[in-house]
Amino acid sequence: MPRVGLFITCVNDALFPETPKAVVAVLERLGYEVDFPAAQTCCGQMHANSGYKDDAARLARSFERVFEPYDAVVTPSGSCAAMTRDQYPHLTGSTIGRRVYELSEFLIDVARVEDVGARFPHTVTYHPTCHGTRALGLGDKPLRLLRAVRDIDLVDLPAADQCCGFGGTFALKNSEVSSAMLADKCRHAADTGAEYLAAADNSCLTHIGGGISRSGGPRPIHYAEILASAA
Amino acid sequence: MSTDARIVPAASLIPADAPFPKAAKVALGMPQLRKNLAHATGTIRAKRANVAGELDDWERLRDTASAIKADVQHRLPELAIEFERNATAAGATVHWARDAQEANEIAARIVREAGADEVVKVKSMATQEIELNEHFEAHGLKAFETDLAELIVQLAEDKPSHILVPAIHYNRTQIRDIFTQSMGDAPSGLTDEPAALAEAARLHLRRRFLSAKVAVSGANFAVAETGSLVVVESEGNGRMCLTMPETLISIVGLEKLLPRFGDLEVFMQLLPRSSTGERMNPYTSVWTGSREGDGPRDVHVILLDNGRTGVLADEVGRQALSCIRCSACLNVCPVYERTGGHAYGHVYPGPIGAILAPQLEPGRHDDLPYASSLCGACYEVCPVKINIPEVLVHLRQQGPHEAGEKAAMGAAKAVMARPRLWRAALKAARFGSMPWRRKGFLRRLPWPGSRWTVSRDLPVPPKEDFRDWWKERQR
Repeated sequence: MPRVGLFITCVNDALFPETPKAVVAVLERLGYEVDFPAAQTCCGQMHANSGYKDDAARLARSFERVFEPYDAVVTPSGSCAAMTRDQYPHLTGSTIGRRVYELSEFLIDVARVEDVGARFPHTVTYHPTCHGTRALGLGDKPLRLLRAVRDIDLVDLPAADQCCGFGGTFALKNSEVSSAMLADKCRHAADTGAEYLAAADNSCLTHIGGGISRSGGPRPIHYAEILASAA
Repeated sequence: MSTDARIVPAASLIPADAPFPKAAKVALGMPQLRKNLAHATGTIRAKRANVAGELDDWERLRDTASAIKADVQHRLPELAIEFERNATAAGATVHWARDAQEANEIAARIVREAGADEVVKVKSMATQEIELNEHFEAHGLKAFETDLAELIVQLAEDKPSHILVPAIHYNRTQIRDIFTQSMGDAPSGLTDEPAALAEAARLHLRRRFLSAKVAVSGANFAVAETGSLVVVESEGNGRMCLTMPETLISIVGLEKLLPRFGDLEVFMQLLPRSSTGERMNPYTSVWTGSREGDGPRDVHVILLDNGRTGVLADEVGRQALSCIRCSACLNVCPVYERTGGHAYGHVYPGPIGAILAPQLEPGRHDDLPYASSLCGACYEVCPVKINIPEVLVHLRQQGPHEAGEKAAMGAAKAVMARPRLWRAALKAARFGSMPWRRKGFLRRLPWPGSRWTVSRDLPVPPKEDFRDWWKERQR
């Protein structure tokens, strides 16, 4: 069994404890032993993507130190996994990103399972987040896991591949354009009539959820929490 | 018919030199513009996806094109000289222009030497970039656009808002109004039927083609091996310009060079599918110097640098020079779709403009690398595989930073780099947000948080965090 380290991400650390708890539940159900190194903080993506290379490199080195002992690092964020894989080589020369897996990559490519034994009797629509889908190349991996969930009713999200407008500090620097993108995403999500909107990144879900909280629509949920729901 | 509703040039509504967020805000407030853009980009996007999906070797074509362009960037000086030698041997006159001013002056001189005071133009981004029309106007010469969309933009005294479809921001009723008001020889009672509009433009342009002595074009490709230029178009108006006048001046960015004629095989598959979403474009013109009794007698090529060799020095940024101006990235960009091209304040808008403009004009357009959510849709469709998100981040990392933001980012880093401080900050945030816990979210924050809460609520931290839970279960 590989030694698995859990990187919960700064967003989940601050706001969404249920998501990393769900990752622990799913991995343990499959027989993996998971460790949470408490010295972890942030992968440095906000700094790197906002143009602060030195700050980002400092945080990347912390990440590398904390997760060095593990054979595999699992994280419930396509965006953070992509950061370690795509940007660390340029920032610090580190290739640790090859050992960092977004949850669905770990489940499908390493653990070789699609059915994780979950049951979720609700209608769910799935938003493929940009960094997970395009930077990381997740393809339909999270969806394949969701399709194997018992009693789930998956409905298509119109214009699913369109960005929700989050983009980190883009949401603040170009607030108006970001809000226009968000309005369309919220409308499409509401049009599905689903109870839940699932995605592989809580940062995007914070954004979409923040809009839906005003305009109405499905409840945002990280897909890991669906996979963790007991059969 | 509301023919008295004077069309206001769309570009004039966007404050000149406004930073992107401000210009975008104005564009977002124009419902007709947004409707036109969403419809047009959506249509081309779907067509492109269809025809790109038809080829099983699409990804290999992209890789090959990317490799050819990288090779061109490595060997640019020798390829430019090879092109000059071969074009000259075939009867063309090759000129070198360091910048826009030089290129414009050379072109104006050739026009005067031909005894002309007006030219017809093939659609060309390079001449937009150097503002050739404006230069001609200021020096007593007149340039007439003959590409239908460029003609519309010129008649409206507007600026193009898209690389491939410059008048994407107008619908057909607006185009009818522009023709009626400004074309001079528009038929009376002109309707907004596409066929009627095309016929009116056709008659108008025929008169220009028949009288023009000089034509000005750009080029999609310049083949070093043979000294040939290539123009790819849909309407045939370019072909008219390239074959009827006695004198032809082509202004070609240095990055348009290709080593071998055979390389066109790759690009001619990628370009039409990526730009108009067609398997093949209707007109492809290839010419090599001049030939007695066939086409223009006096053929000039102006090789244009205008910042390009400066871009070459940047190992990450230079991939922007691989661009073949197909505009697939504009059509898939969620930001471009909502703002249109004028908000970018540069002749190259959209994702490619956001990485090209700040590099061609260093120190200007520093706001453009931020005009992206880094969603990556552009990279996915780019036929020459320019990693636009990578270059955007790279340019952000070069650029100047605002002092307040820099301090905030430094403080955040200082906290995140020290696990104990980070845990203390998380605790402080949980404690500080206690009054809102029952509600579960914040609806209003002071600046700069107001930039978030303008359209979204912000969840508040829960009572127990993951760390507490983990510690508890380790016992």
